Amino acid sequence: MSDHIATDLLPSATPVRYLAEDGTTVDGPAGYPRPSTEELREAHRRMVVGRRFDAQATALTKQGRLAVYPSSHGQEACQIAAAMVLREDDWLFPTYRDTMAMVTRGLDPVEALGLLRGDAHCGYDPNATRTAPQCTPLSTQTLHATGLAYALRRKGTDSAVLALIGDGATSEGDFHEALNFAAVFEAPVVFLVQNNGFAISVPLEKQTKAPSLAYKGVGYGVRSEQVDGNDPVAMLAVLHKAFEHARAGAPFLVEAHTYRIEAHTNADDATRYRNSDEVDRWLDADPLARLEKHLRTLGALTDEDVAAAQADGERLAADLRSRMNADPHLDPMTLFDHVYARPTTQLVEQRDLLATELKAQEG
Amino acid sequence: MAATTMAQALNRALRDSMTADERVLVFGEDVGQLGGVFRITDGLTRDFGEDRCFDTPLAEAGIVGFALGMAMGGFKPVVEMQFDAFAYPAFEQITSHVAKMRNRTRGHLTVPMVIRVPYAGGIGGVEHHCDSSEAYYVHTPGLKVVTPATVNDAYTLLREAIDDPDPVIFMEPKKLYWSKEDIELRHIDEPLGHAAVRRHGKDATLIAYGPSVPVALQAAEAAAEEGVDLEVIDLRSLVPFDDDTVMRSVRRTGRCVVVQEASGFAGFGAEIVARIQERCFHSLAAPVIRVAGFDIPYPPPMLEHSHLPSVDRVLDAVDRLQFTDEPDHRYLTGAHS
Repeated sequence: MSDHIATDLLPSATPVRYLAEDGTTVDGPAGYPRPSTEELREAHRRMVVGRRFDAQATALTKQGRLAVYPSSHGQEACQIAAAMVLREDDWLFPTYRDTMAMVTRGLDPVEALGLLRGDAHCGYDPNATRTAPQCTPLSTQTLHATGLAYALRRKGTDSAVLALIGDGATSEGDFHEALNFAAVFEAPVVFLVQNNGFAISVPLEKQTKAPSLAYKGVGYGVRSEQVDGNDPVAMLAVLHKAFEHARAGAPFLVEAHTYRIEAHTNADDATRYRNSDEVDRWLDADPLARLEKHLRTLGALTDEDVAAAQADGERLAADLRSRMNADPHLDPMTLFDHVYARPTTQLVEQRDLLATELKAQEG
Repeated sequence: MAATTMAQALNRALRDSMTADERVLVFGEDVGQLGGVFRITDGLTRDFGEDRCFDTPLAEAGIVGFALGMAMGGFKPVVEMQFDAFAYPAFEQITSHVAKMRNRTRGHLTVPMVIRVPYAGGIGGVEHHCDSSEAYYVHTPGLKVVTPATVNDAYTLLREAIDDPDPVIFMEPKKLYWSKEDIELRHIDEPLGHAAVRRHGKDATLIAYGPSVPVALQAAEAAAEEGVDLEVIDLRSLVPFDDDTVMRSVRRTGRCVVVQEASGFAGFGAEIVARIQERCFHSLAAPVIRVAGFDIPYPPPMLEHSHLPSVDRVLDAVDRLQFTDEPDHRYLTGAHS
């Protein structure tokens, strides 16, 4: 028998929230460390920059400079909090919609966009950045995150791992196996589900009958919480607690209730499955505006601060724009690299074939 | 010298690899206290401790995905899929992640792990316990696929697979687990990818791997009594594939039969035949023939003997190799109906 008591694992009955949509504070649950004003100021700056990055990436798809871009507009509180709670030695396992979190973490934006630009499957060094390749299959990386977390604990470190997934991915079997393995092996891993309401076009009510996606942890003995994903204060508070818990050797599941303001990707047409009234309602719950109002009320944010953050965003966008406007230099002969540690004789033959073709094209 | 079974040789390989490298971990379903349903991991938990050999929850995708994460963290996992068909839940993890991680990260993340898969039939197993699933894996770039047919190969190929920097699907022919040889197990330190000539002959080449190697050898002995001298090649490694050994033999004999237990249609044998005709066409005196399992779901155990390639079926194929310069009428009749 487990020594857990189920009630210790259960999420709050309603999402944890410390800021109302108008930026005023509300009484949230005790037991979560409240972020400092300085941390919130930093979160604000990063959200401004993150939103600008996201808009620039979307613009790059229209110019044909990105193959595809899944926007995280509306999910900035989740993205920024996810990056901010990580220590340098922790690992991040992102999906295709988490480029903003990766850039916030400090990855070079051009390298971070390698997958979506289409010049590489992964444009950065995962070991150097402690960031796994962006995962496009759903929830498969939660198992890798769990295995790596267990490996880190076995090596005697107190590093932890954050696995990001969306609401649709909680229906995939690998997510459930990962929760189970994480609990059984006491892996220091936090699973953050960004429930943005849609799995491409399928709304949450067709995805699950669970009262909250956070309840999916309880059956596996994983402590779970649900949080207002558009409240940056609550996101930071709950994720800090989740990491404290994970570093002590117990996984943690967080469901963040948020909303995908844009379509699934630039190639999607969201008007086919949802109406603009719903989007407008969620625009009123904007995480950035909420934090800005809160900090101004505290007297902790000035017009100059906002302008400085926007200038940071513009600098990043301009740099990204100019670097992405240069065509990447790609060598077809690298197709045969890194299939195996050493190419097989068959691959050597095929490489020679391609070399001959390329030479003929040159001639 | 005491006779050693293939199961014991595999156990010894795991022990010796775990002793040689503390990063090597063994885990899977029932591999701990029980020692695995085939006892391949017998005594490892007792002798190396539960940190080195342990049971996992019963979820194959979980085992493989978790192992991949551990490999990212610097360990060398050796995981057991209990039976061939029970590995299918792990298919996405194997093909989309284990196989591709080195390539998609341009060499930054590597997955030096071994996935042991007891496979194939001939043991009277019920449904879902006798699949020959090698074709799924050999078709996936990034995986190496290895299968022993002898007791010493079980030892040496598993040691090599564990030492290998790439992920290896290590396919163990169940029906040979209890085969015995009076030998001293020895580790030959060579990279994977070498076939072995098990019997030298001049009239035709039999190509086989895993459970079909003993069948081919028996067929060769029977053919010798009829005055036909057959060469037998044991592939040992399906990926990387040893074109050199195969083509040298077929160019010399001019005739070839490929034997596999798996269903023939689009199976690994088809790849071998294609490669031979591309490379040895002018040396061939007859079409290369496949002897394979029928294109049916694996049958109930009381009927499996009719399905599995037998010595007689191999000998019939050898008879069709046009030693008398007669065309193979089997494929001529009805061709234009």
